[in-house]
Amino acid sequence: MATATKVLKNFYRDSVSLMQLSSTFAKLPGVEQASAIMASPNNMSLLREAGLLTESVDASANDLLIALQGDADALESALAAAESALKQPPPSSSGGGSSRGLPPRSIEMGLGNMVGANLVLISTPGEYAASEAFKALSLGLNVMLFSDNVELKDEIALKRFAQSRDLIVMGPDCGTAIINGIPLAFANVVRRGVIGVVGASGTGLQQVTCLVDRWGGGISQAIGTGGHDLHRDVGGISMLQGLKALIADASTSVIVLISKPPSPEVAGHVLQAAERAGKPVVVNFLGADPARVRRGNVFAATTLEDAAAAAVALAEGRNPDDAKPKCPPVSIPSKLSPGQQYIRGLYSGGTFCYEATLLLKKELGQVSSNTPVEPGDRLGDVWTSRAHTVIDLGDDLFTRGRPHPMIDHRLRNERLIKEATDPETAVILLDVVLGYGSHADPAGEIVPVVQKAREVAGKAGRDLVIVGFVCGTAGDPQNLARQEAALREAGVILAESNAQAVRMATAVAVGAGAVGGRL
Amino acid sequence: MQAMLQEKLQVLNVGLSSFADSIVMAGGSALQIEWAPPAQGQAEVGRDLARLVNLSVVETANRTAFDAYQSAQPVLRGVGIAGRVIPNMAERMILHSGPPIAWNDMCGPMKGAIVGAILYEGWAEDLAKAESLASRGEIVFEACHHHRAVGPMAGIISPSMPVWIVDNTTQGNQSFCNFNEGIGKALRFGANSQEVINRLKWMGEVLAPALRAGIETLRGLELKTLMAQALHMGDEIHNRNVAASSLFLKRLVPALLKTRTPSNEIAAVVDFIAGNDHFFLNLSMAACKAMLDAAHGVSGSSMVTAMARNGVEFGIRVSGTGEQWFTAPAPIVEGLLFPGYAPSDAAPDLGDSAITETAGVGGFAMATSPAIVKFVGGTPQDAIDNTMSMTHITLGRNNAFTLPPMNFAGSPAGIDIRKVVDTGIQPIINTGIAHREAGVGQIGAGITRAPLACFTQAVSALARAVERSE
Repeated sequence: MATATKVLKNFYRDSVSLMQLSSTFAKLPGVEQASAIMASPNNMSLLREAGLLTESVDASANDLLIALQGDADALESALAAAESALKQPPPSSSGGGSSRGLPPRSIEMGLGNMVGANLVLISTPGEYAASEAFKALSLGLNVMLFSDNVELKDEIALKRFAQSRDLIVMGPDCGTAIINGIPLAFANVVRRGVIGVVGASGTGLQQVTCLVDRWGGGISQAIGTGGHDLHRDVGGISMLQGLKALIADASTSVIVLISKPPSPEVAGHVLQAAERAGKPVVVNFLGADPARVRRGNVFAATTLEDAAAAAVALAEGRNPDDAKPKCPPVSIPSKLSPGQQYIRGLYSGGTFCYEATLLLKKELGQVSSNTPVEPGDRLGDVWTSRAHTVIDLGDDLFTRGRPHPMIDHRLRNERLIKEATDPETAVILLDVVLGYGSHADPAGEIVPVVQKAREVAGKAGRDLVIVGFVCGTAGDPQNLARQEAALREAGVILAESNAQAVRMATAVAVGAGAVGGRL
Repeated sequence: MQAMLQEKLQVLNVGLSSFADSIVMAGGSALQIEWAPPAQGQAEVGRDLARLVNLSVVETANRTAFDAYQSAQPVLRGVGIAGRVIPNMAERMILHSGPPIAWNDMCGPMKGAIVGAILYEGWAEDLAKAESLASRGEIVFEACHHHRAVGPMAGIISPSMPVWIVDNTTQGNQSFCNFNEGIGKALRFGANSQEVINRLKWMGEVLAPALRAGIETLRGLELKTLMAQALHMGDEIHNRNVAASSLFLKRLVPALLKTRTPSNEIAAVVDFIAGNDHFFLNLSMAACKAMLDAAHGVSGSSMVTAMARNGVEFGIRVSGTGEQWFTAPAPIVEGLLFPGYAPSDAAPDLGDSAITETAGVGGFAMATSPAIVKFVGGTPQDAIDNTMSMTHITLGRNNAFTLPPMNFAGSPAGIDIRKVVDTGIQPIINTGIAHREAGVGQIGAGITRAPLACFTQAVSALARAVERSE
């Protein structure tokens, strides 16, 4: 296996475009691994760790670096192909003004072309993101900060500055929002309606908005806050601002709040504000004790699915307690061999992984993960599962030097085959996320691998249960019905939600003799 | 936040362009910013910049500075002898263009011009002795800009040279510039032959007294209106001064005829000016310097008040950061070369004449000067695009300098260091190209751009200055 690199001096492309291109380059003939990145010291060391960069390269942060690994004789032409793909002009921007006019190069310049602008969506590398956000706020614009790797002190400064100017910062690391019916970043196309959501979790927000849509409700606003918002030092500034905005918003009649359990102090503030909302508020603090949440107009939901169901019920004037969706019965395939008893969850959504871990732990005891609920459950070797294991493939450990698993399915595909070869694997649990920003045809990527996994298990005389769910809506560009049909046809048992999928997987595992069953 | 939920969502998208595409696909409104990391990727400078964007202290200071620039009225007051009229001009001092530079570091044309000036002053008898005098440190070299003066190319002003005196009658500041010697072998390009020295002598002995008498008769000459008129006649008053020089001559000749200047001298003076399409350049520069000095020294202002090059370094000064220079290596000028010269013959960018761009003319007013666009590379449409692009890095438009091809909009003026760094759009400069060796002279003309590194340094310095004043 050889490596080859090419430096394009003073050549900038944004990181997500580069990620998408990297995955294209990896499909070039003879190429095993590929990466195109801006050559910052940080990125270079990631490449070195990934084994893609073996020699020293003269490149700086303003240079673009292509690194390929594969057959020595194929690399030269692959490099040339990669370079020419990169040099294609970037797609023309939307509404960019006259052909001779200079395209806007800064937020301030953009404001000259779009005088009514009210939100800046920022997805630059993290080291520049806070500055861009600060400029946007200074110019009187709200911010959605998709970028990650923004320092906590910057987040605090930005949010306090925004608050003082009646503006909001959604993020950093905010993957999803739906504002005035417009999906932003990795968001789904949902029906408009009376349910407003504020979420500190991107996939959590996607799950709730999709389920609301699936069950006939609609969304007024979905406001992302980023995962650190309810950190003690940030104090839930954006969640409180979002809540306040939804309370004042006449078109919102039910509010849903989603987060991992906040610090007690922050939770106290949020719940107090929710109590004074004058509207029903459904709260899903993943893993929190419902008894501590429930009060007056505040309803506690233990799963994202419960939150969506309760919100739809409240919007329709029904009692949310009667709204719990049921898990359809699962018949256990007869071919599961003795010894096949464990669940292996392979998630692209971090919140889905966390929620699954919580639910499985309750039923099965120990569940290992790279992002465990309890430190003791941390996987020693993240590349190898043990007993019940649930993996967040979107974790930094896996995404270094390669695109997020919602865009690039290769890592999960490899892992799926690996799990299928393990004689102890009974159930593989998957999420499939649709919407803007996600892969254009996830089923097309997953189906052949599911077939291969079945073959691998079949040759060893085993059956394999694959349970999944699609987080998406009929309006999403990937076509929900076609995605679900393709997955079903390949033998994937589909649930409506993550929680349902987890319950189905648990039923299979318990039926197969997994310990700790309490169903 | 509340307001946004009541309005149509309009998104500026910084980063991944597919996000903008998705918004538009979903029926929303989005504008993609062609973003690249500001400040050439220096994240810390980017932070300094972010602190300064739309900061009220800077905005207020810029209004003050820009108003001072806009309201300045440069009037040609007369002709003086450098050593007598230029402030703090010492007996054995030579002024040069650009940021300060030591003899050993100077480029060929500047050294050549200094040697010529020493011969002109009679401080040495021959080239070798003049050079040794200069290198021994017996002559003080200072930047023209440190003495309210400007000079094209090498920008050499020695004590007995005649200079223009321009008064800004609004704020009361004064500026100076040397005389234009014409094209070909000239001191400003580093030429120092006897022919060059003889011409300088004639300029001191015949040209200067005649001009002094003529300007006295005129009781001063308003330069801003003359410049405005020249802009309407196809000059951008940096690389093309033929209209302005003609207008000047038209005003001068009747006045000159009323003086006691002998008619043969008047004839020689008129011949000299009529034969030099660049004669007005030095007046344009002095006028621009007077307008910009009026805007200098406003605490907190991010307005550029000088751009100048010494053939080695390009430097800028900013209103809110006082006398400090922010420098970067001088770029090579892209342009057309006279026959027989190669790009490798060109000296790096040289001269104080970028004061014209700093004041919103020259490259900034290129749209109005279709005649020079071929010379500086491109079509009339390119010239309009160049002027338009400068509107994105300037504080406003100079309503005195209107541009007919732009529907009489004012020329973009008041370069804002924040906007330069934020957009990466570099100020454009129309300029001459000097041969890198002393004595050869001009070998072409073209376009260059002010280096970004000057502006990134200035942004950080201004951020510090603003912090200190808080």
